[in-house]
Amino acid sequence: MATHDVRITVNGEPQAAAVESRLLLVHWLREVLRLTGTHIGCDTTHCGACTVLLDGEPVKSCTVLAVQADGREVTTVEGLEHDGTLHPLQEGFQQEHGLQCGFCTPGMLMTGRALLERNADPSEAEIRQAISGNLCRCTGYVNIVKSIEYAAAKLR
Amino acid sequence: MIPSAFDYHAPGTLEEAVALLERLGDDAKVLSGGQSLLPLLKLRLGDAGHLVDIGRIPGLTDITEADGYLRIGGTAREADLERSDLIREKYPILLDTAAVIADPLVRNRATVGGNLAHGDPANDHPATMLALGAEVVARGPDGERTIPITGFFTGLFATALAPAEILTEIRIPVPPPRSGGAYVKLERKVGDFATAAAAAQVTLGEQGEIVRVGIGLTNAGPTPIKATAAERYLQRRQPDAEAVAAAAQLAADATSPSADRRGSVEYKRDMARVLTGRAITRAVQRAGGQ
Repeated sequence: MATHDVRITVNGEPQAAAVESRLLLVHWLREVLRLTGTHIGCDTTHCGACTVLLDGEPVKSCTVLAVQADGREVTTVEGLEHDGTLHPLQEGFQQEHGLQCGFCTPGMLMTGRALLERNADPSEAEIRQAISGNLCRCTGYVNIVKSIEYAAAKLR
Repeated sequence: MIPSAFDYHAPGTLEEAVALLERLGDDAKVLSGGQSLLPLLKLRLGDAGHLVDIGRIPGLTDITEADGYLRIGGTAREADLERSDLIREKYPILLDTAAVIADPLVRNRATVGGNLAHGDPANDHPATMLALGAEVVARGPDGERTIPITGFFTGLFATALAPAEILTEIRIPVPPPRSGGAYVKLERKVGDFATAAAAAQVTLGEQGEIVRVGIGLTNAGPTPIKATAAERYLQRRQPDAEAVAAAAQLAADATSPSADRRGSVEYKRDMARVLTGRAITRAVQRAGGQ
């Protein structure tokens, strides 16, 4: 089986690994690095639970090969808090009841983070458009939108 | 889900990529953004012994106007189209199209070239490129050649690209003044393929009559459809409500959709009619007409 030596920076830490060609980025993150905050939901590029940032842009890590991330930076939900302090987005989801079961939350957080990097003051419509590739099946989107608005206000 | 085993190759140049494809033969597939190919491999609806990733070849992502053409690099992403000032200002039809492909996360990976080269009649760019009269530039073992978009889609998931050819650029003639275009899609939800969708690109004459028109239809048959009867009908006509309705009906008559969970044959055909009418009307408005 062909393997490839890759170097990928994950949450700021350089990682070196030998990966099989067909290994998906999400499997590498969860099963090799044991970063299980990134969830596998639909596994068919629909739900967005597996969203991570690849060079700062949100992508569905079930539809990226680990080898495609060679030489790049990956940020997962574990990379949001710093020294025990939650990121304003995480705080927002807590304050605004942005989750019930929490399954979609890692993806929502990562998409939210990329949105706020580009747009410090997004409208409700812009938030809804940004998270349109992230599915929530229990909380509903109203509180998720409020949570991102909370973080946007706090970050400004 | 885990795809069957394959080997991954990341050539650094087009020459290397073509040489790899030639050597590996039918067992190799070109990997671009991977947003269609990887799901197919994961679901094991497709199979490949080798993936040749063209995503690391430099110089293939530019979106520029030069020598009378809008040039979209073979691995430019949908997100690049959406963020391009040139596209936002001058090519709203391409912005319409990119904005309804899959979802924003997928568009951070998916490429315009891949959307065409996949040969899926449910993809959105084929109809738009048919309306715009685009050309596809391909690089293969014998060098470069240009394929008119009208000859590009040869069947279901089949294109005019040879196995060792790579789509390197899409060329769209820069539209003359008083031109406009629009893409209108009906989808059940974000990320769905079109129930029906239509692209229209028009150029208006001195009296507001249509002097050039292209109409393309998505997911309305085994290949993307160019609605040539509707185009001929509109030539030299004023785009009034009656003419638009007649052209929309001609476009619908050219469809052969299949029934599925998105609707019956009759429903899809009628949606093709409605959306063609809306696309023409919006295109005419954007061209500065009524």
